[in-house]
Amino acid sequence: MTVTGGNVVSEDLAPDQSLLVDRRKLGDPVFKGFSVGSGMLILVILAAVAAFLIVQAVPAFVADAADLPYGNTWGYVAPFLFGTIWSSFLALLMAVPVAIGIALYISHFAPKQLASPVAFVVDLLAAVPSVVFGLWGINVLAPALVPIYQWLGANLGWIPLFGGNVSGTGRTMLTAAIVLAIMILPIITSLSREVFLRTPGLQEEASFALGATRWEMIGQVVLPFGRSGVVSAAMLGLGRALGETMAVAMVLSGGRNITFQLLTSNNPNTIASNIALAFPEADSHAVPQLIATGLVLFVITFVVNMAGRAITSGHGFRLAHKRAHKEG
Amino acid sequence: MAKRMELQDLNIYYGNFLAVKGVNMVIEPRAVTAFIGPSGCGKSTVLRCLDRMLELTPGGRVEGRVLLDGQDIYAPNVDPVRVRQQVGMVFQQPNPFPTMSIRDNVLAGIQLNARKMPKAHKDEIVERSLRGANLWNEVKDRLGSPGNGLSGGQQQRLCIARAIAIQPEVLLMDEPCSALDPISTLAIEDLIQELKENYTVVIVTHNMQQASRVSDKTGFFNIEGTGKPGQLIEFDLTEKIFTNPSQKDTERYITGQFG
Repeated sequence: MTVTGGNVVSEDLAPDQSLLVDRRKLGDPVFKGFSVGSGMLILVILAAVAAFLIVQAVPAFVADAADLPYGNTWGYVAPFLFGTIWSSFLALLMAVPVAIGIALYISHFAPKQLASPVAFVVDLLAAVPSVVFGLWGINVLAPALVPIYQWLGANLGWIPLFGGNVSGTGRTMLTAAIVLAIMILPIITSLSREVFLRTPGLQEEASFALGATRWEMIGQVVLPFGRSGVVSAAMLGLGRALGETMAVAMVLSGGRNITFQLLTSNNPNTIASNIALAFPEADSHAVPQLIATGLVLFVITFVVNMAGRAITSGHGFRLAHKRAHKEG
Repeated sequence: MAKRMELQDLNIYYGNFLAVKGVNMVIEPRAVTAFIGPSGCGKSTVLRCLDRMLELTPGGRVEGRVLLDGQDIYAPNVDPVRVRQQVGMVFQQPNPFPTMSIRDNVLAGIQLNARKMPKAHKDEIVERSLRGANLWNEVKDRLGSPGNGLSGGQQQRLCIARAIAIQPEVLLMDEPCSALDPISTLAIEDLIQELKENYTVVIVTHNMQQASRVSDKTGFFNIEGTGKPGQLIEFDLTEKIFTNPSQKDTERYITGQFG
């Protein structure tokens, strides 16, 4: 060390051992490589699936309709596309309110001792294989619903939804949608429950302190707070309903009839269920057409998930932005 | 507006744990009453009894009576929701509703009670409440922007505006300045002086200077030790508490010998 004009100048010394690169550091690059690799892998798999679908489906879209076993591919997929969206929409319509109700019960109404068993049972529903739901739907639910369907057909048949010849087996669009609704209930419920539980206690107290009842507090604080979470939960549920194969294939008496009627035996099948049912019989000309329908399903599911994400991530920002804009 | 509150032989429990024991006091209308004392002495717990917020904590319950202008708010046929409409509360952390605009925050309590109200009337309430909370001039041009875009001190005044919008009889404040900077604190303290012209104000504070600046009467709470219940040691005019307390513990606390 030398001192010049009051400044201390350090000279080069032999490096201090405690400052040198340590062998322990090896863990960092290894773990980083593993994480990045895993992240890449999922993208590669997604790309591979998309590429497979597109490559295999091309013949079905470019070939002359006369050469294809099912005729024009767009015409072929149309009723199944309708059936897929219609059944999933109905399932969502039934599942979301019930899921919100259960989630609120668990998060804000149930006594502590009851909340976790109820949550557990709902989660357990998600573990039931879809083939079991299919068996239950076809053997228990469908026959049980027949008398109700007959009553609806007889008394409310003037409403187009309940029109047409009422199915004698109960294997209708409504039955399939109910089974789907039960299947997507757990995922929507548990995700909604998680967001509801994360409502800041301070906000809840603020609402109570203003003289809100429990229900008013939920409307004022919990639901606005959880809104985007519930939307994304519903989107995930919708994604599952769109792709559900086994249960629909077993329960729905499906064909190619585009109709909104819920109680007949003459329903549009869903894409996934149609692939499962038609594949064993398909020859090399028919397979590309089935894969083409799979591509359509892939795109729909993708769009639904993207929409869900856009809603969850963008909602708060857009609201603030819109307001600022209005003020400005 | 402004009602008298009376606490009679109040014991407060969390489950089987006796948190506060034997509190008796009279809280005068149109005056500021401060609760001081070391951490864990039960002053916030007592405050939360006055609007029946305590029972929102699992196991929280009360023995004894709390009278609001002579009526026991713990009588069996009293609705806690009604009590909270008459006894408003401002919390330690500013907590405006993040999904609501400034205007909707002020109207949040109104929205709960009166369903239909002409817009002009609502505008009037918004202006009156924000003026009452000394916030009107700062936000009158951006009533539609989100409430949590304000500074901490402004947010706290927004919460006060929200509380007084429903014209309560009593306003409880649980360490309202502890999350604020000195300038915002001063603004709130000035506001408290104005609020006491119309409301019964009860404020819990850790800050003894604050208690001596804003309050007319002060209650000193203390505990004998951990696990023991909190007690009201002395309750008197603020001036007397801070200049000539009658209890040894009070004197030791205000002179900074413990707590």
